[in-house]
Amino acid sequence: MRVRSPALAAGCALVAVIVAMALLTFFWTPYDPADTTGGRLEPPGAGHLLGTDRLGRDLLTQLMLGARVAVVASLGAVAVGGPLGPAVGVLAGLAARWLDDALAVVLDILLAFPTLLLAMLVVAAKQTSLAAAITAIGLAVSAVVARLTRVLVKRVLAQDYITAARTSGTSWPRIVTGHVLPNIWPTLAVNLALQAGLAALAEASLSYLGLGAPPPNASWGRMLKEAEATVLTSPVAVLAPGALLAMLVIGANLIAQGIREQADPTLRRSR
Amino acid sequence: MTLLDVRDLCVRAPDGRSLVSGLSFSMERGDRLGLIGESGAGKTLAALAVIGLLPRGMSASGSVLLDGEQVLGAPGRRLDRLRGRAAAVVFQEPLTALDPLKRVGALVAEPLRRRRRLRGRALRGAVLDALSEVRLPGPERLARAFPYELSGGQRQRVAIAMALACEPALLIADEPTAALDTTVQAEMLALLDGLVRSSGMGLLLIGHDLGVVAGVADGLLVLHEGRAVERGTAAEIVHAPAHPRTREVVAAARRLHGALDGLAR
Repeated sequence: MRVRSPALAAGCALVAVIVAMALLTFFWTPYDPADTTGGRLEPPGAGHLLGTDRLGRDLLTQLMLGARVAVVASLGAVAVGGPLGPAVGVLAGLAARWLDDALAVVLDILLAFPTLLLAMLVVAAKQTSLAAAITAIGLAVSAVVARLTRVLVKRVLAQDYITAARTSGTSWPRIVTGHVLPNIWPTLAVNLALQAGLAALAEASLSYLGLGAPPPNASWGRMLKEAEATVLTSPVAVLAPGALLAMLVIGANLIAQGIREQADPTLRRSR
Repeated sequence: MTLLDVRDLCVRAPDGRSLVSGLSFSMERGDRLGLIGESGAGKTLAALAVIGLLPRGMSASGSVLLDGEQVLGAPGRRLDRLRGRAAAVVFQEPLTALDPLKRVGALVAEPLRRRRRLRGRALRGAVLDALSEVRLPGPERLARAFPYELSGGQRQRVAIAMALACEPALLIADEPTAALDTTVQAEMLALLDGLVRSSGMGLLLIGHDLGVVAGVADGLLVLHEGRAVERGTAAEIVHAPAHPRTREVVAAARRLHGALDGLAR
């Protein structure tokens, strides 16, 4: 598919920087993440490009490793919510009245909890780990996506072209795969891209609260927390993870907008 | 075998209101029946009940034998096989009757692939044939267009091509020209008339405009508040309407024509 949306290109570029940074850590980091020989809270300079944190670790190294966690959290949450949310949503949209009502109530209850609180409950029930955090965020994403899917499915099913397909003898499975999913997919894709960005943000929040990936994993959220006390003396330690997090979320948002532009046939020239 | 045999069909709303009651009629293969009535008379519901597609919550009783198979209470899978083969529908609103994300060619290909098991080059050829059959200009270019790029009349032709591609024994046309402007209306009716006649399929034409329906159908059935109030050949009903409702409909049609004649003079 040719890229005709500047938003999509810009979003992909921003996200690519973060992903590249995360991938690079598997082969090379400026310093060993556990290397504390650099002196504490050094300002940015030749030895340490972004300076060091209060334990004397190289900040750039920590940031790069943090990118790994952020990317894994984004992808993980979408990997959980991407299939689970639409599956539940389509089921509710097609199901008999009582099952639809029951699922709607469950989803409403899940959504009534703030994502973070939901995640804290899951993390509290299990041990603090990146997997638990991702599961929790993924479940929250699923609930949002499922409710959106349910509404979208119902709206598509009420369309005349579905009735028309039914009258020509199209079976339910073919209606769902042939008409419903293609018609709701653009909206779902946009939402999933947004959710991927929000998932990174949620992981940072959990880490900030000490419920995300446990040390010694570097996480942007925990870096923010640790640098909070020294924000006036070494602002880079706060600004850098914040800026990268913003980059990832903005990138995800731009990708979402780009997908929307690409998916709309009225914006797509017919060949 | 009788193509369609409806006996004592009743349709009820979820709240128990009766929307169609005691409707009986039958059609032989190749018959052309017109179902006339004002908005809300139950015409569309009757047609949907015939193919077992009533909106959720509505219930139907009585008997509908479509091509010898009982439709009411039949399991979904059997209905899927029956629909398309026995009957296909053209709806009133061509704007929403086509999947907006599919190119016209793909839309027409769908029933062809399923019904005639065509693939590849043969399928592409059949799609172009189907599009030229409904007199769409430049079928090759049109097959690549999205529905939003077509005019209302062109979309309705595509919808007709999709219905005909099912090769149904009965074509149900629910006010197929109501959303089109008058000049296109006449063309569309002539097209429908010719296609149905040449393929020998039955036609159940639903409408509120006596002039439109009587021009194509041989027999007429007048519905009023969910009941059949009059039936007969088109000529009988136009010349000697018996029921007060029918007289109103005929008088209204005459007034319209009278007004046009007056203007022409």
